Amino acid sequence: MIKIHNLSKIYKTKSGSVKGVDDVSLTVHEGEIYGIVGYSGAGKSSLLRCINLLERPTSGTITVDGIDLTSLKGEKLRLARLRIGMIFQHFYLISQKTVYENIAFSLKAAKTPANLIKARVEELLEMVGLTDKRDVYPAQLSGGQKQRVGIARALTNNPTVLLCDEATSALDPTTTKSILDLLKRINKELNITIVLITHEMKVVKEICNRMAIMQEGKVIEEGTVYDTFADPQTELTKEFIKSVVSFELPDAILNKCQGTIVKVMFKGDVAGEGIVSDMLKQFEVKGNFLHGSIEYIQEAPLGIFVMELMGESEETNKALQFIENRSAQVEVLRDGV
Amino acid sequence: MGFDFNHLIELIPDINQAFFETMYMIAISLVVAIVIGLPIGILLYVTDKGLFLENRWVKNTAGFVVNMVRSVPFIILLVALIPLTEFLVHTTIGPAAASVSLSVAAIPFFARIVESAFREIDKGVIEAAIAAGATPWMLIKDVLLLEARSGIVSGITLTLISLVGFSAMAGVVGGGGIGDLAIRFGYYRYDNTIMIATVVILIVIVQLIQIFGDLITKVVDKR
Repeated sequence: MIKIHNLSKIYKTKSGSVKGVDDVSLTVHEGEIYGIVGYSGAGKSSLLRCINLLERPTSGTITVDGIDLTSLKGEKLRLARLRIGMIFQHFYLISQKTVYENIAFSLKAAKTPANLIKARVEELLEMVGLTDKRDVYPAQLSGGQKQRVGIARALTNNPTVLLCDEATSALDPTTTKSILDLLKRINKELNITIVLITHEMKVVKEICNRMAIMQEGKVIEEGTVYDTFADPQTELTKEFIKSVVSFELPDAILNKCQGTIVKVMFKGDVAGEGIVSDMLKQFEVKGNFLHGSIEYIQEAPLGIFVMELMGESEETNKALQFIENRSAQVEVLRDGV
Repeated sequence: MGFDFNHLIELIPDINQAFFETMYMIAISLVVAIVIGLPIGILLYVTDKGLFLENRWVKNTAGFVVNMVRSVPFIILLVALIPLTEFLVHTTIGPAAASVSLSVAAIPFFARIVESAFREIDKGVIEAAIAAGATPWMLIKDVLLLEARSGIVSGITLTLISLVGFSAMAGVVGGGGIGDLAIRFGYYRYDNTIMIATVVILIVIVQLIQIFGDLITKVVDKR
């Protein structure tokens, strides 16, 4: 669906050139929700804006829907953009146009016959739940409502791709949730491929199938969201994950513990608690849960527990072996005292 | 010689004529300034770096011409443009003749005001419209002109008020209007009554323009 090949974007500044995007290659499949995560300045925004050529890459190619966008210019590029929707952190609606006119604007760009515009705008308004705000100006809308107008505007010409530039970063948690639900629905019902960039790991965990982590213009890690959460490879990724799933133990608790402290992770449908109770029955160890939760990522459970195991070291090792054999991952955080 | 009420009554027909001559001059100049200055303002903005019709050559040329006209003091422009005035309206005195120089001065003034009104627009709004597939014409008509509408209206107010001031100067070269009246009576004949009357009229005109301008600016802004 979207193929990014060896893409670089170099910005020339007075003090020299800065690599905004540094040789990135990515593939986003049809129907996917793909998240790109990074701190500000990591190059994720530049990368996203290169996809619809709001910024022309210095080198590399972008193929969307089989069309090499980097080879297009002027009118051809404009027509290609009709099939790529985009929404923004600050919405960027035309403040002097009503909600209706803002949405109709995109239809006019596609040279839609005037008699078809009304029906299509009303259909979109209903989809985003703003039928009653039809003739209101953006200044009278809340952030969430503005973003809904942005989404309606982006979807008017039945795009195959929707680009989201920090679409929920200016919204409160409840509104964020409802916008994410709307994006999810659009993805499922209209089969629109979504690429979103964000610095909020929560957003990725909530709706993305696959993700990439960017740092200094490069993609440093890429994979399914589930695998990335279960088994992060880089320090930065771990840091991001910690912002939503943290298993830090307070020092006061750690100091009290005598036994081996282990982190056990159960992926998918493996019934975590069952395995633990079997282990405690079979081996001469006592267990103590210190921390834990089951995260549902894309509806697949990922159970992570931090336990203290007390017993002879030989028995403890056997117990850990037992858990590993039952397809769970074990990581010893601290050996017994 | 102080203010003489009877003298004022006597000169009402002259004042009346001068008033309408002034209105005539600034109306023509304003229309010309909008018709020619607005497209130049658009050109100055859209050809700027990073904008959708970026063109350094056009931008620099237009910018140079605009600055050149603006750097000439109006009183010099009045004289310098006499040949052009002669060619266009076949006379060099009277309000029609003065309108030529006034228009020439108002065009670049208004063009720069339009350009700066566009600069107030968040670039993101323009970008979002480009992402939505808008044509350059749509960007100008539906984004730039619409979003800068209230800025342009206050720019028109500003231009009008400057024109009132410039039109008074036209009196120096026999352009007619209130300025002409003030110079002929107030300056050459030390007629304080006319001097005071013209100043009051100019104050009232400027105040009214500002009040109406602000009102319209407010009405057209949907933010």
